Amino acid sequence: MTGIHQLTLADLQKKFTAGEVTARDIVQAYTLRINQVEPKVKAYITQTKDAAMAQADALDEKLKGWRRTMPLTGMPVAIKDNICTEHVPTTCASRILGNFVPPYDATVIARLRGQDYLLLGKTNLDEFAMGSSTENSAFGPSRNPWNISHVPGGSSGGSAAAVAADECVAALGSDTGGSIRQPAALCGVVGLKPTYGRVSRFGLISFASSLDQIGPITKDVTDAAIMLNVIAAHDPLDSTSANLPVSDYTKALKKKDLKKLKIGVPEEFFAAGIDPEVEQAVRAAIGELKNLGGEIKEVSLPTTDYAVAIYYLVATAEASSNLARYDGVKYGLRTKQTKDLLDMYVKTRQEGFGPEVKRRIMLGTYALSAGYYDAYYGKAQAARTMTKNDFDEAFKEVDLIVTPVTPTPAFKLGEKSEDPLQMYLSDIFTISVNLAGLPAISIPCGFSKAGLPIGLQIIGRPFEEETILRAAHAYEQATDWRAKKPNLR
Amino acid sequence: MAAYETVIGLEVHAQLRTRSKMFCACGTVFGLPANTQTCPICLGMPGTLPVVNKKAIEMAIQAGLALNCTVNSKNRFARKNYFYPDLPKGYQISQYEAPICENGWVEIVEGNRAKKIRIMRAHLEEDAGKNVHATGTGGSRVDLNRAGTPLLEIVTEPDMRSADEVVAYLKMLRDVLVYLGVCDGNMEEGSLRCEPNLSLRPVGKKEFGTKVEMKNINSFKFVKDAIEYEVKRQTKVLNEGGRIHQETRLWDADRGETAVMRSKEEAHDYRYFPDPDLVPLEISEEWIGELKKTLPKLATEVHKQFINEYGLTDYAAGVLTADKTMAEYFVRATAAAVEAGLPKADGAREIANWATGDLRALLNEKGIGFADCPVKPEQLAGLVIKKHKGEISGPIAKTVLAEMFSAGRSADEIVKAKGLTQVSDEGALTKIIDEVIAKNPQQVVQYRGGKEAVLGFLVGQVIKASGGKANPGKVNELLKRKLAR
Repeated sequence: MTGIHQLTLADLQKKFTAGEVTARDIVQAYTLRINQVEPKVKAYITQTKDAAMAQADALDEKLKGWRRTMPLTGMPVAIKDNICTEHVPTTCASRILGNFVPPYDATVIARLRGQDYLLLGKTNLDEFAMGSSTENSAFGPSRNPWNISHVPGGSSGGSAAAVAADECVAALGSDTGGSIRQPAALCGVVGLKPTYGRVSRFGLISFASSLDQIGPITKDVTDAAIMLNVIAAHDPLDSTSANLPVSDYTKALKKKDLKKLKIGVPEEFFAAGIDPEVEQAVRAAIGELKNLGGEIKEVSLPTTDYAVAIYYLVATAEASSNLARYDGVKYGLRTKQTKDLLDMYVKTRQEGFGPEVKRRIMLGTYALSAGYYDAYYGKAQAARTMTKNDFDEAFKEVDLIVTPVTPTPAFKLGEKSEDPLQMYLSDIFTISVNLAGLPAISIPCGFSKAGLPIGLQIIGRPFEEETILRAAHAYEQATDWRAKKPNLR
Repeated sequence: MAAYETVIGLEVHAQLRTRSKMFCACGTVFGLPANTQTCPICLGMPGTLPVVNKKAIEMAIQAGLALNCTVNSKNRFARKNYFYPDLPKGYQISQYEAPICENGWVEIVEGNRAKKIRIMRAHLEEDAGKNVHATGTGGSRVDLNRAGTPLLEIVTEPDMRSADEVVAYLKMLRDVLVYLGVCDGNMEEGSLRCEPNLSLRPVGKKEFGTKVEMKNINSFKFVKDAIEYEVKRQTKVLNEGGRIHQETRLWDADRGETAVMRSKEEAHDYRYFPDPDLVPLEISEEWIGELKKTLPKLATEVHKQFINEYGLTDYAAGVLTADKTMAEYFVRATAAAVEAGLPKADGAREIANWATGDLRALLNEKGIGFADCPVKPEQLAGLVIKKHKGEISGPIAKTVLAEMFSAGRSADEIVKAKGLTQVSDEGALTKIIDEVIAKNPQQVVQYRGGKEAVLGFLVGQVIKASGGKANPGKVNELLKRKLAR
């Protein structure tokens, strides 16, 4: 029999609703699993299994006699540690917020709580979500469950690793330049970045406000749809959240084929630098989409080459301002021995931030400086508009665009950490989606010879998550990549 | 020694009278215990986001319209980045490239000359908190109650030429904002803060000199003092062959002088950029049109109307229009008096006297405004009519008003209940007059000997003996008749 921890969210929910398993059973199973594999994977920064157990007992009690559940009732979820959870430490994997306990929930957390979900813990990330490997965490890196000498990707590496290692049934991550999709691809799970504005950012600790978006990391596409159903909503607390109706995303999964869907393949995404194994897997997946009835068309996204440059100006500029609040005055770290105000600022931020965060604050500060603004930030914004126009044009021809998620499978720990530029390039295929504010999913589409997962990215028009989910689901059902599980004994 | 012309421009920060802050639901009350008026948003806690207060936008538009500005349909908030403990996010949300209002003007009267002061822009921003440097604690503390309060920063062109013009502009601006109800105009509490920039240039020259900005000015008197000091200082520097440095200077009210706060070299690079947490704000023509309709007549227009249509003096009109609720009270009371048969000019004069005199004193004593006055405008009109008809005397009217104010009853009721109706009946008055004459033989002799001034004393004695009720005109007439015999 399959263990509780191996079930998908949809299957576990069925059993729980039917009363076949209790919330206590669930937390017990996951506690066991976490205790078993967490020393290897290191997905969590903070574990809340004990609180989850108390919650589970209360929930079982509450459901006695009147077993009414919602999609996430009793479901054990992990949350990326840059999403605020009331009374539970939220560190952003940074020393500067090492002791920070928010007195409020992020809107997404309030929505999960409203369904009586069970919080298993807060997952590891690159400090302030700045990175692609979780090696930039102040609490040490997470490991890829498929091979623990490799990175799980990042920045939502902890969440992706936790899902892949069955340390939670589903997780939330955040995606600024690929931080959901890239680790999902490297860990062989499903990662969905919704349209900018689809999910409230309130309570998500800002890295780059105009790019950040919360989304689910799950074991399969159905689970991603279930999670999106819960978190997608207009939020009056977030001015950038869209006031548009939300569909039932699970309904999109009913169609099993891709008939009448035009699928674009941008050749710019298969340019030099892509690992042949990745290219092969992705091309094979495109063939499968065609078999399913999709009409494959070549499209062009000419500004693709500039995406990384644009991103590292826009994102760092916003970050330099967003991270100004960590000044030692109100909360978080404050260096003890200081001469005066300036000394307090300097030492606190010197000790509180890691090297990558400092690098980006400096880059962003420079890009916004008097005399440089037009040449850097201003230019980047103009180029960003061109990127968006590229996609708009392409989406006149096609309904979806498919690409690789990453140029390579998971790289080794330490392999790129000394070379920031190489690290930045690992997000080359995901970044332009954030610049254009589009929804995109990463789903498993194969394995390298070394046994590391490879991901397929499906990009859609704004607020057309349904189309993405439909295609992803059809592909998933037609293949059996998800049957393979990492061996963590 | 060259003669110099003074050139002054002004930045005014007006705190908008919204109930809640600019980007969160916290209140905006002045003087609460430190940090009790705060929430995760205005404390700048991680992950929190701002949401624009619509009322602040409306007030800014109203002010802009009243200041003859163009209201920009496209608005963008920008971040002004700098580190200071009273600035919780490390940046202030303000407006940079697209201020909500632009290109306006106000007219001031200085001496006998009217002059237009052009307004370059007026933009919305949030206030910072306050650093409290308490002695003996060994450190500074931060009070963030004020952080996030909406401000309208109103910037003029360098159109003013003297301290008196600046004061006239500032008073006019305050009157407009207070009258609109968008700012309480209290300079001491910081609801209205002004930062003049000043330069000198040789008379006749077109180019501006190097300007100096001044801060920490919190009263009309200090504005005048600071500007006059700075003119003297700069004149001296120039006359001695020195150069003016571009800098910010702090006014020290105790020493009566300005001192350097920071030089141009130390000026911040604020790294303004559009705030990505806030979507661009579109202001439709319809919205502006609606607000135009709700715009009350401006204080200056009402002031003119009070003089031209009501025949009030410039002074009385000025006092009445300094407070919108008082002006409204005056209009209603006068209308009621006119309706009851009083000529408009008489009614207006009488009502103005009471409203700006006794009634205002009573309200001040209780610390309430005209909007909450227990004596309704129609009731004040009733009192004025009684006095005008001679039913009660002036001094009695004062007592009756006080009674109306505390008891909330009409003049009629009080006069009847207390028997305060003026006595004009000859029989009753003659009786009192006889008594007074009998009691004051010496004064009677003096009067009859030609000292007519004594009559006033005797009239007073009669009124006093009547308990204030005797009709003074009648007493005067009867006394003269008696004493002439």
